[in-house]
Amino acid sequence: MKTLIKNGTVYLDGAFSVTDILIEEEIITEVASNIQTDTAHIIDATGKHVFPGFLDLHAHLRDPGQTYKEDIVTGTKAAAKGGFTTVCAMPNTEPVTDNIAAVEYIQRRAKDLGFCKVKVIGALTKKQEGLEISEMASMQKGGIIAVSDDGKCVQNARLMLNCMKYAANYKLPIIIHAEDYNLAGKGQIHGGKISTALGLSGIPSMAEEVIIARDIMLAESTKAKIHIAHLSTAKSVQMIRDAKANGLNITCEVTPHHLILNEEACAGFDTNTKMKPPLRSEKDRMALIAGLIDGTIDCIATDHAPHQDFEKEREFDHAPFGIIGFETTFTVLFDKLIKPGTLSLERLIEALTTSPAKALDLHLPEIKKGEPADICIADLNEQTLIEADTLISKSKNSPWLNQSFSGKIVQTFCNGRITWQAEIHQDS
Amino acid sequence: MSTTPQFLGRNVFDLDDYSAEEIMYILEAAKGMKEINLREYKKIPTLRGKTVCTLFVENSTRTRMSFELAASRLSADVVSFQASVSALQKGESLQDTVYTLNAMGIDLYVIRHSSPGSPMLVHKHSGKPVINGGDGRHAHPTQALLDIFSIWEKLGDLKGLKITIVGDILNSRVVRSNLIGMKKLGAEVTVCGPRTLMPGFMEEVYGCKVSYDLETALKDADVVMGLRMQLERQTEGLFPSLEEYTKHYVLSKETIKFAKKDALIMHPGPMNRGIEILPEIADSQQSIIVEQVANGVAVRMALMFLILGGKA
Repeated sequence: MKTLIKNGTVYLDGAFSVTDILIEEEIITEVASNIQTDTAHIIDATGKHVFPGFLDLHAHLRDPGQTYKEDIVTGTKAAAKGGFTTVCAMPNTEPVTDNIAAVEYIQRRAKDLGFCKVKVIGALTKKQEGLEISEMASMQKGGIIAVSDDGKCVQNARLMLNCMKYAANYKLPIIIHAEDYNLAGKGQIHGGKISTALGLSGIPSMAEEVIIARDIMLAESTKAKIHIAHLSTAKSVQMIRDAKANGLNITCEVTPHHLILNEEACAGFDTNTKMKPPLRSEKDRMALIAGLIDGTIDCIATDHAPHQDFEKEREFDHAPFGIIGFETTFTVLFDKLIKPGTLSLERLIEALTTSPAKALDLHLPEIKKGEPADICIADLNEQTLIEADTLISKSKNSPWLNQSFSGKIVQTFCNGRITWQAEIHQDS
Repeated sequence: MSTTPQFLGRNVFDLDDYSAEEIMYILEAAKGMKEINLREYKKIPTLRGKTVCTLFVENSTRTRMSFELAASRLSADVVSFQASVSALQKGESLQDTVYTLNAMGIDLYVIRHSSPGSPMLVHKHSGKPVINGGDGRHAHPTQALLDIFSIWEKLGDLKGLKITIVGDILNSRVVRSNLIGMKKLGAEVTVCGPRTLMPGFMEEVYGCKVSYDLETALKDADVVMGLRMQLERQTEGLFPSLEEYTKHYVLSKETIKFAKKDALIMHPGPMNRGIEILPEIADSQQSIIVEQVANGVAVRMALMFLILGGKA
């Protein structure tokens, strides 16, 4: 079977040009203007944008163990709707993904039932307890692409040193959720003006920064490859900028919500503004945007963290941390950063495709002859309304519910198969 | 010309929802209620047939009694829900508790809860007006109103008054609500306490002054309010010892002389005598601590009356 995507504005080598793409079975077989073929199913992409499928380095699929929140089917389907063709699953499942059998379970389920490719991240320490190094070399044989205790943070610097030494031996990147537990305390939101006004315990910026400072030092010594997850503060950005300038093998990511929202969003006690790290000050947000523009921040990751209504709809300090992100990331970023001209569309797509791949040394998502047909098509003139009823994710914990944003992913292909198709509006 | 403020069906989450004019209107109403409380028969029929629920998910005897007395004196029926004997201990969510209570026909909720923001949650799920009886460290608007009432009754207009609040600012919901209300009425407020018990950004958020030195903070104060030292917090190592705290921050005859002569002495209670305040001050002529309690009933009566549209 052949599919011809005609006349789309296509992201090729970091820039856009109008061209055609021919897909045969799973593979892109030709990228050229005016491709002629009799037999292909033709998709007219005139006026639409065609991107390589997005790659998310940071997702919580909740499978196994918490499948009432999300599972591999709903999670990958939601991801496909958001334009993703590859997502990396964090290991804080139940039980924790800290052994090869657990890794294989997720990969098999994703392969059999998934709507996108799933790469597995193994636990850094056994059960993510921060006490003993996990069997990361065995898990690597099973296919993990990195190790992380995400959601948790190794507090013991000596153990972290050994984790880095061990991981460096296998060239396994370590993804770091930077949070000093003592400094974070029982914090609920950013330690700043809003936490003072609301009487909620604050999570100071330092809780993130001291761990990043520590891990930069440990990485310098061990030559481990580290990737800092969900950066949230101005100082974190500066430390990583400096570390990169000093030649350290360090990369990092930022979430859509930290790029778009600040602590003010918490003022109404909406638990869908509660996440770790917390939404920081406006100054921090501006520094994150600047870091993304200048490349200090490599990529954008969703930190898709589903929680059910009955868990979120509670007293603020009893609600769990985290929000969903697959179905909102592109549209929210397009509307709030690209449309006003803050960030270029080219940089956004790079940060969702090639940059995360380079950060963890994964296969580069590119629209190129011979590559797997992982593609998404967006209509930038369409609106996306985010509402509980139409979200595919089992959980609806988004701060953007009932809001509408410019830009819509209308179709996604993964290995040439259509994994998402928006309803087509017929203009009368 | 300003119109009469409208209170019917409104929530009292905190004082930021109320204008200076509305706060003054509440104080005037409380003045009338205070007169009722001095009668031999302390009851008016205005809220007959209305049901008030005091939903106390955090322990409090004094505040609950004050609210319940206030409701009773307006002839409302009062039901009391206490967490210690309740379903919440068995794991029922606040949402379900509210659905259950609502099904019984509650007209007004008073909630006390250790979690900031829970009054909003109660309103969201009940659709009924809610008076915040204290939510964590966030707000305690009726305490602030009774404090403001007590000052206004003694000293008149708060505009330009120098008010100093001393103690554990970090953990105090009383100080947050008072700052909002007092600033709206034009008072100059200084907060004072050890740096480890002072939240960040106080000046920016509340427009108050911050001082870590008692003498400086008390200078020329018209009103001095002590706050309860939350003894249970001592284990967090926020200050080295009660003795050292007392040495630097206790309200005593000796320290109070930095304030204006005859400055009003206030405390929201319960007091730790000998820690944040000495009996020589707490029981002095300047002290209005006991009167604050009496005023609390009047202020709460006024609020319930206004919110439930009682007939004058």
